[in-house]
Amino acid sequence: MGETADQLFVTLQHWLVGYAPASLRSILSALLSVIAILVVFALLFAITTVLERKGLGRIQNRYGPNRVGPFGFLQPIADGIKSLTKEDIVPRAADKVVHFLAPVVLVIAAFSLYAVLPIGRNMVLANLDAGVLFFFAISSVMELTIFMAGWSSRNKYSLLGAMRAIAQMISYEVPLILAAVTVIMATGSLSTVTIVERQAGYTGILPHWFVFTPWGFAGFVLFMIAATAESNRSPFDLPEGESEIIAGYYTEYSGFKFALFFLGEYLGMFAISGLGITLFLGGWAAPLSFLTWIPSYLWFFAKLLVMISAFIWVRGTLPRLRMDQLMNFAWRFMLPMALLNLVTAGVWRFLPQGLLRWFVCALLVVVPYVLLGRGLAQGWRLEKRVYRFAE
Amino acid sequence: MLFLIFAMLTVAGAVAAMSLRNLVHSVLALTVAFAGLAAVYLQLGAQFVGLAQILVYIGAVAILIVFAVLLTRDSEASPLAIVGSWKGSGVVALAIFGILAWAVDHSAASRQSVLPQPEATMQQIGNALMLRFALPLEIIGLLLTVALIGAVTIAMREKKEMR
Repeated sequence: MGETADQLFVTLQHWLVGYAPASLRSILSALLSVIAILVVFALLFAITTVLERKGLGRIQNRYGPNRVGPFGFLQPIADGIKSLTKEDIVPRAADKVVHFLAPVVLVIAAFSLYAVLPIGRNMVLANLDAGVLFFFAISSVMELTIFMAGWSSRNKYSLLGAMRAIAQMISYEVPLILAAVTVIMATGSLSTVTIVERQAGYTGILPHWFVFTPWGFAGFVLFMIAATAESNRSPFDLPEGESEIIAGYYTEYSGFKFALFFLGEYLGMFAISGLGITLFLGGWAAPLSFLTWIPSYLWFFAKLLVMISAFIWVRGTLPRLRMDQLMNFAWRFMLPMALLNLVTAGVWRFLPQGLLRWFVCALLVVVPYVLLGRGLAQGWRLEKRVYRFAE
Repeated sequence: MLFLIFAMLTVAGAVAAMSLRNLVHSVLALTVAFAGLAAVYLQLGAQFVGLAQILVYIGAVAILIVFAVLLTRDSEASPLAIVGSWKGSGVVALAIFGILAWAVDHSAASRQSVLPQPEATMQQIGNALMLRFALPLEIIGLLLTVALIGAVTIAMREKKEMR
């Protein structure tokens, strides 16, 4: 029973493909997977926009959307109709072709990230030998589309936003990749499917996920902080800081193009959370050994929803960083921590199993964290803020 | 068939990069050429090289060029001074093409009628880099670090002089 439910979509795909002539089968099978990814993640995007607005509303002591449909859950449909019927305004000075291409390429790149994410057991579109590398390669294309958007709008705020976004994304890409490298070191593979397989199995009822090792925990935290910065979300939302530069690189976009940017941003966030789940949280594996009867894809989406709620929570809680704080944090805290974490992962690999290994590696994570944090905080003096012009 | 499409894409991107008047457009066209090249690598089964091409050239080099273009000069007013000596440059280009074609035609690889499919998995590439070619890798790493520190030093000195 559990097995049937687990492989339900895989069998369905095989059954549908079985009707096609043999020459078309591989194309049809890929096409079906692509359609499934498009539909499911676009739906998840719709759900997330409501959840985010309602969650933020609750955090800020207001209701959030509650008029369209039951509890406001049909709000995304209204939003979609609105953005489709809005006039598509392109500034006269804008570079028309690049202005049009930017959101399109962004969404294409964002969707192609899902090709290597294992959503469930046997549910991955392309099991590439270099899956993780593919993911990072495609996400670096997204940086260029943001520049295209900002530059082609011919607007100082757009250009400022794009420059901010690129500076931020390049800075945080380094700790992001270094944090992922620890997992690649531990598994000896760049394939996402192999990485999930290496985390299978349980000790007692607890799983062997990488997040439950000292280096894995540190790596996961570093990865998720860098992922927040990569997806330009609060507290790292300087590129679109609405109080400073209107909406950053998509200031000059309206109607459905704006919706596409919104979609691309959320898809990027889901994808990078999915990669975090794959690398550190055991992918589609159940968190406790007696829960394995629940289908694997449900676990993946449950973990993804938890990550999304954490993102919403962080967005509602933390204030935006300043540019110098952002850069200092990346280069003086995240980068040394990520590099030390690589050493920790190596030490963990070569020490014999047992308590000693745990002790040494935990020390290797905690001591640099405390020292680095203390060291960087030394110059800080929290005083009453003095305003030069406002008073 | 696929190779033809990718090759056309690469060549078209390169031609556009040379001929477009707007510098940022040229950079974007260059990116298309990089992407076409990456697609050719991927089609040939060289996953690592192809993906590294995207990661390094589109993700880093293109953005670096864009920054350089935006920070150094006005990208709008660039009266592209096309060099008049078409004949000279044409001769140089033809000569280089001829030498390359001759070299490729006479190389050992082209003599075998059917090339053996090279089977290089990610693991083999990693092992080769970490074991056999560890020293060159380290030297390249050192070289890049030196270049990075040098660039920062030069930039910092300029800032001091300006004050």
